[in-house]
Amino acid sequence: MIRLTGIVKRYQMGEEVVMALNGVDLFVDRNEYVALIGPSGSGKSTLMNLIGCLDTPSEGRYELNGRDTSQLSDDELAQVRNKEIGFVFQSFHLLPRLTVLENVMQPLVYRGLPRAERKALATRALEQVGLGSRLGHRPNQLSGGQRQRVAVARALVGRPSILLADEPTGNLDSKTSAEIMALFDELHSAGQTVVVVTHEPDIAAHCRRTIRVSDGKIVEDYANPPRAQVA
Amino acid sequence: MQAFLEAFRAALASLMAHRMRSFLTTLGILIGTASVIAVVSLVQGFSRSISDQFADLGSNTLTLQPYTSFADASLGKENRLSFDDVDLLRYRVSGVGDVVPIMAVPASGVGYRGRTAVPQVLATSADFTVVRGLYPQSGRFIVDSDDKSRRRVAVVGTKAIEDLELPEDPIGEYIRIGSDWFKVVGVMEKRGELLGFSQDNLVILPFEVGRAMTGNEVRPRMSVSFTAEDIEDVEALRERVKRAVRIAHKLKPGQEDDFRVEAADSFVKQFEQITGTATAVVGGVVGISLLVGGIGIMNIMLVSVTERTREIGILKALGATRRDILVQFLLEAGLLALLGGLIGIALGYGAGLAVASAIPNFPPAQVPLWVVLAAAGFSALVGVVFGIMPASKAAALDPIEALRYE
Repeated sequence: MIRLTGIVKRYQMGEEVVMALNGVDLFVDRNEYVALIGPSGSGKSTLMNLIGCLDTPSEGRYELNGRDTSQLSDDELAQVRNKEIGFVFQSFHLLPRLTVLENVMQPLVYRGLPRAERKALATRALEQVGLGSRLGHRPNQLSGGQRQRVAVARALVGRPSILLADEPTGNLDSKTSAEIMALFDELHSAGQTVVVVTHEPDIAAHCRRTIRVSDGKIVEDYANPPRAQVA
Repeated sequence: MQAFLEAFRAALASLMAHRMRSFLTTLGILIGTASVIAVVSLVQGFSRSISDQFADLGSNTLTLQPYTSFADASLGKENRLSFDDVDLLRYRVSGVGDVVPIMAVPASGVGYRGRTAVPQVLATSADFTVVRGLYPQSGRFIVDSDDKSRRRVAVVGTKAIEDLELPEDPIGEYIRIGSDWFKVVGVMEKRGELLGFSQDNLVILPFEVGRAMTGNEVRPRMSVSFTAEDIEDVEALRERVKRAVRIAHKLKPGQEDDFRVEAADSFVKQFEQITGTATAVVGGVVGISLLVGGIGIMNIMLVSVTERTREIGILKALGATRRDILVQFLLEAGLLALLGGLIGIALGYGAGLAVASAIPNFPPAQVPLWVVLAAAGFSALVGVVFGIMPASKAAALDPIEALRYE
């Protein structure tokens, strides 16, 4: 559950103050499937960073599952990210030196789980995304689609309340994009809250709700018509 | 703890991923530690061999010897003991066991069949063997009756035999000392060299004979070794002897002693002090090279942090706190330096052994455990200290910026 109230984010760019977000109010309930769209420079990345607890707002209040996070310290935010947020990035952001399994185990390290338990949870998450047979591979031995699946497994392994995907299909061809989105659809059906940041209408169409950001404000917020069929 | 273990694993993995770079980075530490260990191993080997030489001396043995202060010596004055001092110890101080005067006999040279050599000529009594722990390897030592009847007999050292070209078994041969002839009755066991001087280039005579040979000189160069009857009593005995000798030498209150009463191991202690100082000085100088090595590590760690900005961003997005990142980079720097240190210790010890065996008569290199531990600990510390700056830089990275970094 995400509740943003009167969010303002200002950046100092030299002499100038840039208003990246200028009064954003947003509520996303549990198990929603939301697309965050908007042109570059609209503030959607800033909004995503705030939702992902990578940043704090200059003004306003951000409640994540009922907890106000706008005043938390860096390290407290890190803990919130670890427990509540699962990130999926456009360029996958896997750790190249680690195996697929180790990549997925990594977030659990910061929870202080013993290695055996981390291994078991990570294996299960990888099986869930259909990569149970690639545990020992390095990221560079995998295709783009497989890498993104690893990233999804890593995002899910800690059972976060929100799966936050930033242009998850930006580096994938249309076929693999469809596969990844199908995976997201599946996760959503299983009860996962999913927020996808994208600029592709096709991708946004997978979601149940679309939020359009422009000039630091939410300019549109509508429920998508139900899809006729899922490829 | 889990996070720490994992950070350790990650640090090790990252070092292994760039083996060549890690090795070159730690080369400064490696060379620094290797030099420390090499030098210390040589000095320690040396000092150990000296301690061993003195180890035979009993701990209940004290030595009375003349002492001339530096100020007096520069005025040409030299304090000596007299024969009265020997008698004083023998008869007038309680608690004294064996008394062994050891006198340097001023001899113009020792001759055998037209050959001459200048070994050290000592005159001493039968108990010398007990007090000094030195025994003849063949024949016999001076006995009490030699002293009483002033027999002209001599015990020779192996180097003196060589120099005089005495037969291999010299017992029964006659050698000339000054203008008198002496029969060789024994050969002292070989002791080898100390600081490059042979300790076997000596001839030992009965004390009374030596005393007669010094002629009118009442104050020969002499020291007196004596044992305490009761080993518990050594310190008290030392004080009693000091008081008695002060009175005998007519020293006024406040006037400095013109003698020293020293336990046998005080020589060793003095020597250890010297080598200890040398070790510390060398250690300090080489320590600077470790600092330079540390700066090298800092430099490469800074590069590494920049290079891995994105990785740090990812870890932060996954929930790594500042501390997690800091610990990982500190561990990496510490491990890097520690590995360099360990390789350096092995190489340094090897170099010490090689140098020691390359120089003839040099004692084998010794590395005390504390030096190894200190070297390893110090190199790891250097790594951690110089890792602080790069690691805090990594920990302070903003996750958004770091993720965007190409």
